[in-house]
Amino acid sequence: MYDVYKIRQDFPVLAQKINGKPNTFLDSAASAQKPQCVIDTITRLYSTCYANVHRGAYYLSEHMTLEYENARKIVQNFINAADNREIIFTRNATEAINLVAACWGRKFLKPGDEILISQAEHHANLIPWQMIAAETGAVLKIFKIGDDGSYLEEEYLKLLGPQTKIVAVTAMSNVLGTIFPVRKMAEQAHKAGAVILVDACQAIVHQALDVQAIDCDFLAFSGHKTYGPSGIGVLYGKYALLDSMPPYQFGGDMVEKVTYEKTTFDEVPARFEAGTPAMVQAIGLGRALQYMADLGMENITAHETELTAYARGRFSEVGGFKEIGTAEGKGGVFSFVLEGIHPQDVAFILDKEGVSVRTGHHCAQPLVERMGYTSLARASLGLYSTREDIDIFINALQKAKTFF
Amino acid sequence: MTIDELIENFDLLDDWEDKYRYIIDLGARMDPLPENLKTDDWKVHGCQSQVWLVPSVTMENGQKYLDFQGDSDAAIVRGIVAIILIIFAHKTPQEIKEIAVENIFAKLGLQDHLSPSRRNGLASMAEKIRWYAATL
Repeated sequence: MYDVYKIRQDFPVLAQKINGKPNTFLDSAASAQKPQCVIDTITRLYSTCYANVHRGAYYLSEHMTLEYENARKIVQNFINAADNREIIFTRNATEAINLVAACWGRKFLKPGDEILISQAEHHANLIPWQMIAAETGAVLKIFKIGDDGSYLEEEYLKLLGPQTKIVAVTAMSNVLGTIFPVRKMAEQAHKAGAVILVDACQAIVHQALDVQAIDCDFLAFSGHKTYGPSGIGVLYGKYALLDSMPPYQFGGDMVEKVTYEKTTFDEVPARFEAGTPAMVQAIGLGRALQYMADLGMENITAHETELTAYARGRFSEVGGFKEIGTAEGKGGVFSFVLEGIHPQDVAFILDKEGVSVRTGHHCAQPLVERMGYTSLARASLGLYSTREDIDIFINALQKAKTFF
Repeated sequence: MTIDELIENFDLLDDWEDKYRYIIDLGARMDPLPENLKTDDWKVHGCQSQVWLVPSVTMENGQKYLDFQGDSDAAIVRGIVAIILIIFAHKTPQEIKEIAVENIFAKLGLQDHLSPSRRNGLASMAEKIRWYAATL
């Protein structure tokens, strides 16, 4: 394991005071803070070698292109993809999933085909499927999860069948912390003749993911949750599948030959990266993934697992604290309610104590309602979180209780 | 209570804790909105918690006056609603049009509620009240 107090020095924002109190940032599941090396990378690119990629035959452009394509290789290595052409840069995970729904869905979905997702999906892995189902005549099926937020294999298998053309499932719920066994689910999906998309937004920061071992067909995640810049995301897809898909956005940097009458499109991944890409952000993402790889994903997992156990142990000290999502082996995402107190009220007092938590429906409104609530508060851990963060959080909760 | 009395009361409270305990207390002492009025029709959109505002109109010497009942499912926002009701109690449509809610909140030392996401809730309430004043 690593020395978390030393690691924290890499994140300048963590040293800031919030409302005069130590910055107790417990909202990394929404967006993570950035290490200095990522911030420095962005500054370095803009100040020393900025130019458009894939364009000019001059030094700066060549250099930016080299770094941009190197970032693609870093992503490839990070998730162990077989080929760097299987990595497509998008704006975020939402765009990555929309890309699959639009490009794969329009080509392969027919009326009566089924799309299978879980009850635990956030809007990004729900709405694109609702839309493409309506457009193609396919049917969206949703398999149930347990009242404690656990994955129920029998529910998945009940709805997985010959009609299922694609399974789209989160590897870790952003509300419940539940880890879904995507490797086994992929095997079962393939047996049924379906492809599988893994939404790795949450999972990718907490554990090592190997797309070849999982054998998923698509995998999506966003850069801002992986300690990288906002405005960049990744879609992984198996090459043959990507190659069979038409593009859905059109413009520069994605064409092979253009006349006024006709255009032929470029190879993958360029076909899916129309226009000037978020190149600085992509390179920044590469740096962030490198940072996590240098720390060691197994070390990050070990640190967060220990801290998760510590946090959950302390929750019981707070009377009326109810954790929503208690599946075995869950990760460091804790949705909760304090009995009789509105989550927004809790969050407000916590904020005054320098503690940042998320409230509301967490972009997963049907899931929050499925668990029996309209709004939840959520605390979540990052690789830099400490026992002190948890202690301050617990004290702030106790204080909040005195107000209501 | 008048808005001036409210400003005076807030002046006596120096730290945020006392201010918020007072706000929560204002909310707790406000008459609750009857459950049958807590419907989508009376909901104010754009708030992070549920907020309802229900107008009533009275005529005095040919002049129209508006009053409001309100509620929220969150305690602090309920207190904010109570302040809003004091600010807009028994006002003519013209008076409602002229009230600068944000200035009053700044005077109360409630700048927290002027931050973008929270101001959104406050602004939504004020906008809804102005809309009622203009249409009723």
